Amino acid sequence: MNFPILSYMVFIPLLGMVVVLLLRKEQVHVIRFAAALFSFIPLILSFFLVANYDSSTSVMQFVEKFDWIPSLGVTYHLGADGLSVPMLFLTALLSFLSIIASFNINFRVKEYFAFFLLLEVGMMGVFAALDFFLFYIFWEIMLVPMYFLIGVWGGPRKEYAAIKFFLYTLFGSVFMLIGILALYFTSQPHTLNMMELIAQAPLLGRGFQLIVFVAFFLAFAIKVPIFPFHTWLPDAHVEAPTAVSVILAGILLKMGTYGLLRVSLPMFPQAAVYYALPLAILALINIVYGALVCMAQKDLKKLVAYSSVSHMGYCILGISALTVTGISGCVFQMFSHGLITGALFLLVGVLYDRAHTRDIDAFGGLWIKIPVYSGVMTLFCMGSLGLPGLSGFVSEFMVFIGAFPVFKVIVAFAVLGVVLTAAYFLRMIQKMFLGTFNTKWEAITEINSRELFTVIPLAILMIGVGVYPSPLVNIMRATLENIIHLVSG
Amino acid sequence: MYFIPIFPEIFLFLWAILVFIIDFFLKEDKKRNLGYISLLGILITIILLFFSIQGEMFGKVYSSDSLSQFFKLVFLLSSFLAISVSIDFVAKFRAFKGEFFALILISTVGMMLLSSARELIFLYVSLELVTIPLFVLSAYLKSDAKSAEAGLKYMLLGAISSAILLYGISLIYGITGTTYLLGIKTNLMVDYLQIGPIGPGLFLSFIFFIAGFGFKLALVPFHMWAPDVYEGAPTPITAFLSVGSKAAGLVAFLRVFFGSFLIYNPDWVTIVVVLAALSMIIGNIIALLQTNIKRMLAYSSIAQVGYILVGLVALSERGVSSVAFYTLAYLFANIGAFVVAIAFELQTGSSEIKDYAGLSQSSPYLSLFMMIFLLSLVGIPPLAGFVGKYFLFASAIEKNLIWLVVIAVLTSVISLYYYMGVLREMYFRKKENAEKIFLPFGIKLALLICIIGVILVGLFPNPFLDFASQAALVFKY
Repeated sequence: MNFPILSYMVFIPLLGMVVVLLLRKEQVHVIRFAAALFSFIPLILSFFLVANYDSSTSVMQFVEKFDWIPSLGVTYHLGADGLSVPMLFLTALLSFLSIIASFNINFRVKEYFAFFLLLEVGMMGVFAALDFFLFYIFWEIMLVPMYFLIGVWGGPRKEYAAIKFFLYTLFGSVFMLIGILALYFTSQPHTLNMMELIAQAPLLGRGFQLIVFVAFFLAFAIKVPIFPFHTWLPDAHVEAPTAVSVILAGILLKMGTYGLLRVSLPMFPQAAVYYALPLAILALINIVYGALVCMAQKDLKKLVAYSSVSHMGYCILGISALTVTGISGCVFQMFSHGLITGALFLLVGVLYDRAHTRDIDAFGGLWIKIPVYSGVMTLFCMGSLGLPGLSGFVSEFMVFIGAFPVFKVIVAFAVLGVVLTAAYFLRMIQKMFLGTFNTKWEAITEINSRELFTVIPLAILMIGVGVYPSPLVNIMRATLENIIHLVSG
Repeated sequence: MYFIPIFPEIFLFLWAILVFIIDFFLKEDKKRNLGYISLLGILITIILLFFSIQGEMFGKVYSSDSLSQFFKLVFLLSSFLAISVSIDFVAKFRAFKGEFFALILISTVGMMLLSSARELIFLYVSLELVTIPLFVLSAYLKSDAKSAEAGLKYMLLGAISSAILLYGISLIYGITGTTYLLGIKTNLMVDYLQIGPIGPGLFLSFIFFIAGFGFKLALVPFHMWAPDVYEGAPTPITAFLSVGSKAAGLVAFLRVFFGSFLIYNPDWVTIVVVLAALSMIIGNIIALLQTNIKRMLAYSSIAQVGYILVGLVALSERGVSSVAFYTLAYLFANIGAFVVAIAFELQTGSSEIKDYAGLSQSSPYLSLFMMIFLLSLVGIPPLAGFVGKYFLFASAIEKNLIWLVVIAVLTSVISLYYYMGVLREMYFRKKENAEKIFLPFGIKLALLICIIGVILVGLFPNPFLDFASQAALVFKY
């Protein structure tokens, strides 16, 4: 296929950013339309990507490669496989929906959408890049728009949250930079090509692997985030404007697990085996600790934020198992969590726009007044707590099945997380939607059609892959089998 | 048509004299044309640079090669930018408008000669030719106490550092019997083979050289003058000092230490490594506390020298070319940031960071440019600063200087905080009736050059990398 579909997906949002910057800032409607259009094109392209993807092989597809900086050994190298295709689709979808959801932004609209489109460039690029230099560029380029999106349009503690996010993630990624350079100089011949580095992985010494694994792990663990690197997350997620929280939870967190699967496992197989148990323990802490913190939350958005910590724990558990089922569960969870938590943040935003509070205790009996909203919210909560038939159940089930033969005790405790998740979501539903109606909210209005439009596709997908998971599993199977094959040698 | 190697320097010197002369015949309100004349002179010199042959002159005292060509371009670019932003700055002065430009040109001539110096006396004299006009320029705002203080401080400390350097030169002459860099190298090699480890006299002279050049580089612990001088001096001069003068110190350092002292490298590299680490740590941490943008950039430039030295201590061809490349990347970003500060200062009279509040709303493009310059200084891709840092760190990691790179990246994270502090004011804070910053032609021109430089060098670094690796070929490692 000669059509450079990945480049278009990555750089059309950049073109959109330029277009938005060229518009006058009074043309609010035009800016919104342009932003939506330039994020819709990658979504259309992503359908083609999924449709044309050959899931029978683990070989990189849609590859584009040419020299960029020969003196540093850098190539412009994009490609997609069963791991990145679902993520690229998810990125395109959530970016588009988030931009639609951002139509209620009335303050510095031009800058907002320009930053948002730049953010999409970075996210797409990370999932498509196969050259480490390029990967690092996209990885870092995202931080800048994210910093401004949180810092300008965020909540009361936005400045603190924005710089904390930036410092944390930069701290992690500079170690990744050292890791990249170490890999570059160790490989023979020197290369930044991720595929070649994977091919050379068996030649790396064990001691080298153990050290460089940690350098990369810092970058990925902060993004996921894995306990104890998670403290930036509640601040950033809670202070960010709704659509940015969606992107943070839906895409950015997945970059950490994507990195672990793309880089850490295949490039440092011996280290991956060596660190499997510590990783599983950290995953358990994420799951249980995240869920326990959720139990104590009064702020709805904080609850959803901490539920991400807990849910990303399942991903890590799946990775640490080093079985095909386990990491399939992980990728499935990445996809499913993106849909569900994205929708939950959107819905929290819908309520906050009306009530201007997120205090769970301040509501009550809302189901009487706004049944559609309450129904949709409850549906996604069910998805998040792992109700069979919805996508969350499939992924958690796969993770547990994959990890149980390896870590019996840890999985036994991790299942506790499912119970706790059910507990905090049900408690939240009960307090907000059931019980006696709090008359303070007499004037609250039902979810409008634009807002509904942003969550319906997510609901359809959540139910779709929940009831019939095999298409998604098939897309990633060959790639993930190959990764496990590389790890176990 | 090829010119003799030293022709660009001679031309620029004569042009400076011409500026002095024309100054007599111009009325006060026409003096700004001197700025344009100076810019024209620099442009012609850049062209002459490309049409001059490389080679030795004056009995091997002067020699132009690819390294000196590279740095001459850096000097000419930074003085072009400095003069370009000065045009409207100088218009505020009551007197001596013409001399301002001519002095910058003369200092530039000194830098160019310095980068070609192959003999220590010649090197010393060139270095004085660089600094003495700068003493005057720092004190140019005579009525301003801070500027006067800056000039005096710079002169006193500069004189001391020159004396120390001269002492180092005399020691080397005593030990090797020559002042030619090549001769020193040969004699030291003989000494090394016959006597072996370093003697106290030689070690002392290494320290004196490091101190002398360290002063020019504003390397910790020889950095004390920098914040006060940077704050007090007219801002275009600060921009020039922070890039041109630093690059001059750097090229002198490379010439002497790589050209002559390489055989004894374990002895002096240890010192330089420690000073590089200290510069990165102290420069970045103290910069966190600054509320004045000029002082903040002063400390940041102390830290930036630390990064440059990370590539230098790798003692490899890759290392030297990364040093040269980073200098170019740093030139665009750092002068760019100063240009924004100058534009802001021209209109509001302030260089306090908190006064930048709300600038993104009143002057969106200026703010966007500032964002790009500062992000490049942090090293965020895909800007010039990132490629530069990547290259520097790569050369250090190749030589297993992992701990130094760890310090470098960690201090880069620290630096993010204070660079973002400026952006936080501009983008996050609001100010009622913030005024739009007017950009005169000279400043627009400089901004345009810097922004193109930062983005072009970042996205398509290949030609610049090739140029830098050419420059690194002049030494044997």
